Amino acid sequence: MGFFTRLLGGLSGGGSSDLGRRLAGAAQGHARIDSQLLEEVEEILITADMGPAVTRRFLQTVDNEVRHNRLTDPTRMWQILRDDVLRTVTRPGSGGLTLSASPTVVMVVGVNGVGKTTTIGKLAAHFTRSGKKVVLAAGDTFRAAAGEQLSLWGQKLGVDVIRQPDGADAAAVAFDACQAAVARGADLLLVDTAGRLHTNVNLMAELEKVQRVIGKAIPGAPHEVLLVLDANTGQNALSQAASFCAGAGVTGLVLTKMDSSARGGVLVNLVETYRKPVRFIGVGEGADDLRPFDAEAYVAALFASAADAGGGGGGGKG
Amino acid sequence: MPGDRAALAPASGWLTGYGKVVLNALSDKLEKVLGRLKGRGVLNEQNIDEALKEVRFALLEADVHFAVVKSFIAGVREQCLGQNVLGSLSPGQQVAGVVQRELARVMGGQQAQLDLLPDDLTPILMVGLQGSGKTTTSGKLALRLKGQGRRVLLVACDLQRPAAVEQLKTLGGQIGVPVLDPQPAGGDPVAAAKAGLEHARVNRFDVVLFDTAGRLHVDAELMAQLVRVKQAVSPRETLLVADAMTGQEAVNIAASFHKALGVTGIILSKLEGDARGGAVLSMREVTGCPIKFVGVGEKLPALETFHPERMAGRILGMGDMLGLLERAETTVTRDQAEALAGKLRKSEFTLEDFRDQMRQLRKMGSLSDLLGMLPGAGKLAKAAQAVPEKELGRVEAIINSMTRAERDNHTLINGSRRRRIAKGSGTSVQEVNRLLKNFAQGRKMMKSLAGAGGKSYKLRQMLPF
Repeated sequence: MGFFTRLLGGLSGGGSSDLGRRLAGAAQGHARIDSQLLEEVEEILITADMGPAVTRRFLQTVDNEVRHNRLTDPTRMWQILRDDVLRTVTRPGSGGLTLSASPTVVMVVGVNGVGKTTTIGKLAAHFTRSGKKVVLAAGDTFRAAAGEQLSLWGQKLGVDVIRQPDGADAAAVAFDACQAAVARGADLLLVDTAGRLHTNVNLMAELEKVQRVIGKAIPGAPHEVLLVLDANTGQNALSQAASFCAGAGVTGLVLTKMDSSARGGVLVNLVETYRKPVRFIGVGEGADDLRPFDAEAYVAALFASAADAGGGGGGGKG
Repeated sequence: MPGDRAALAPASGWLTGYGKVVLNALSDKLEKVLGRLKGRGVLNEQNIDEALKEVRFALLEADVHFAVVKSFIAGVREQCLGQNVLGSLSPGQQVAGVVQRELARVMGGQQAQLDLLPDDLTPILMVGLQGSGKTTTSGKLALRLKGQGRRVLLVACDLQRPAAVEQLKTLGGQIGVPVLDPQPAGGDPVAAAKAGLEHARVNRFDVVLFDTAGRLHVDAELMAQLVRVKQAVSPRETLLVADAMTGQEAVNIAASFHKALGVTGIILSKLEGDARGGAVLSMREVTGCPIKFVGVGEKLPALETFHPERMAGRILGMGDMLGLLERAETTVTRDQAEALAGKLRKSEFTLEDFRDQMRQLRKMGSLSDLLGMLPGAGKLAKAAQAVPEKELGRVEAIINSMTRAERDNHTLINGSRRRRIAKGSGTSVQEVNRLLKNFAQGRKMMKSLAGAGGKSYKLRQMLPF
């Protein structure tokens, strides 16, 4: 419920950008589906960062229904959209992380400033709470004080942080950390990496190297590569996902700063395009504000507010 | 420097032809829509609307806000209506031209400068979301101001994020700008800012930069705190640092910060990526604030002034020719370019020179980076990613494995030398052969061109490959 209200709060807090409420509002404002209503729906989806292409696809679904199944009821249209979004974001492996090996090695990657280090801190908190032994690898040796930042998390949680001086080879840190994790009998090793723009070929190659080296230290590792994305990012998120999936073998997504905006539409866009499961979403600054992604709850939150705003006409909720 | 450009660019000038080149990519698309129109004289509503659909899609893909796109398209439509199709331009080019001009105009016509007090302390407040790059940008701005001969003080007011103060201190150390440690202030950013201002006044600094904690624009409490910081230091400039990759939320971010703080300028960060950066248009539209700088790299000097013309091209997915030229200029000196041209004329071009060329090219950025800056080459850049980069590395390794004598005179390299070079560079004899063959061919071609009094740009085009 905490999660739900928080997400709901995040998703509806932005006033005019409340996707669900606006969709419902649009549906109620029209007695039947017409071009003006479709235009409103388009605006709503696009301003939620779903992107013009995905938006077009959703609108085509509606259009098909109108043409072939004589769909005229706006609330019914709203439900078709809801089902479509739910189908899209539901992927096997969504929601949380299972520790498949001991230690399970999770590498965290992404562009600068999306919240990789913070996500690692929150993940560490999450698993420490459930009684797992966690080790952190300060693989961001580039950004000033990144290692420092991770160490502070480590202190707070009472978790070991494997560090080397700034400017050290990230792969060497990862290798050290793998050995330490094995030696200390850790359940989970979280490897931080420096933020890098996906267009930087050399840095992407470095990431592959870190990954290779981890595989040498612990066969089969890294077991997971999580791509962290900022929910405020627009269509560039697709480009980031493309590069990191190709270069770093991403196995799952983490969307941060979901509380900042009413959007999260970029999530739909990403999952639709790259078919990767969303593992976690960040909904606040607190250590426990990183939650396993729940597609049902997400879509419910996205569309539930429609019922709130709906009053009499929001019958589409069923 | 015109000399550089002559050596690097087509003689007709990428510069003078810039407008035209840039317009090609979008106008190609528009051409398809408007192709039927040729010779009919006037752009009419129907065909303009069709063309503007393409423009609209391009803008939305670039993350320009929906409402901004809407009003922008309406404006362009008005301008296009009733325009005569000029003889020299196709209708598609004409529409694309109007679009780009209008985009550049909306983004603020001319370059905006920082508002610095000449004889007094100028306080500058840096604000923005978490992860937008405030701290790094503060460092960059401090370096830039220091480079102009100003005494700059950095004040760390981000007491929120773990180690943010450390980060600023490290940056300050790298650029030789003092950073005021907020410790005595006891965790209160307002007190830290006040202490910073006082310190700057007493020690007669010219500029004091306040790096504040990142916060969400929807976080009322933290926004209120920021307002108190602002009141405490009454900054001359309040700069909003925003990520070039921001999506539709950009309007709300900019509007909230502007409403609370009265932002005076915007710095767009992380523009070195492949984000089209349409958010900047939205932010400019809702705040009316000029874009003062753009961040184009992780290194501290990577802060540039904003060029609306180029940004317009970028948003429309039409490449950034000027940016490419500028990069070429910063990595190749005029002397180097002239020396090379001389060598080419006298056909003294050796493998040694070839390697230099290659290194210079690589210094300018990755191949895909460079291709990405060419209009219409966006797709090509994706295809070129990584593979040719490795290829270049191998070519360089082969040349590195040659002796100086061999590099100066490639005809020396016989069979056994080839085997040695292949071994030394970890490549195969076939690869060495291929390189030598290509080099000999290229050299021959250059010679014939140079002999015919060819312009240096033609040579340049075939140089590195």
